[in-house]
Amino acid sequence: MSEIDLNDLRFSAHHFYSGVRKFLPISLFVAIFGAAFGLAASQTGLDDLSTVLMSAAVFAGASQFGSLNLWGTEVPILPLVVTVFAINARHLLMGASLYPWLKHLNPLKRYGVMMVASDANWAMSLQAFNRREYGKALGILLGGGLTMWVFWIAGTWLGLYFGSSISDPKAFGLDMVMSCFLLTMVLEGKKDQRTLIIWGGAAVASVLAYLYLPENSHVFAGALVGGLLGIILKEESHEH
Amino acid sequence: MSIETAGTGALFVILIMALVTLVTRWGGVFVMSFVPINHKVQQFIAAMSGSVLVAIIAPLFIQGDMGAKLALAMTAIFALTTKRPLTAIALGIAMAAVTRQMDIY
Repeated sequence: MSEIDLNDLRFSAHHFYSGVRKFLPISLFVAIFGAAFGLAASQTGLDDLSTVLMSAAVFAGASQFGSLNLWGTEVPILPLVVTVFAINARHLLMGASLYPWLKHLNPLKRYGVMMVASDANWAMSLQAFNRREYGKALGILLGGGLTMWVFWIAGTWLGLYFGSSISDPKAFGLDMVMSCFLLTMVLEGKKDQRTLIIWGGAAVASVLAYLYLPENSHVFAGALVGGLLGIILKEESHEH
Repeated sequence: MSIETAGTGALFVILIMALVTLVTRWGGVFVMSFVPINHKVQQFIAAMSGSVLVAIIAPLFIQGDMGAKLALAMTAIFALTTKRPLTAIALGIAMAAVTRQMDIY
């Protein structure tokens, strides 16, 4: 990270379109989930405009589903804020992990691209940053993010009309798409002994937090333990 | 305190959700701009980012239903042996679907 060639660290149309193309397959699944959300929201009593607007403005599926549990003739503000924040808190970690590269962009671009940061494009762009493919990484973050955003909105809208045909995405294994995708992202990284110990620590911590700590704390617990192990365990060789 | 969802109330609820989510998307980058990036911080961040993914997946593998477990196992095996991530993901999903169709789910 110390010797970043700033000429490579910029947005380009070429890498943007390449990011868009890379994310078309997974975006189809994003759209199916959007449709499931559209259906669930209309069944909860949201009007069509609110449902689509929510997908466009929030763009974070799990928290949108979570908010439906609070929806009635009235919505309690504090529980809503706590729920949405807790479910989306992993974005804080994503932003922090991208900071070493994003700090070289001007604030407008830095915060602009984070508006479409989501699990999948974050994970894939981080891999590219680590391979020092900076332009490609930014293309994935922005192009991939915008693609998923468009499909998420379109899927939500379609769900208002055709949602009943996918009322149970779980039966078709569709709830596993994002998890399986993220798993392949983990496995693409380097797998030396040090990394495996870090992952092991993160896995144990996250499972324990999932079982015994408040809801939604498991990602933070795993990230904290993994990060601390990263400081404690010395790297075998330094690439410079 | 509550917001009525009739009329413009719903839009206000959505606005709150959008702002809270934006805080999470911007907050990590913002906070890091006050943290001096030394070697230890770099190592923490590098180890943390992979750990985030592991921490999302691990509880799902332990606590999920058989379909979820087999899907992740299938994806892991294929991703490691074939280096074809899309195939690995597709097989994982198929595995979950088949398991759940067969099971008393």
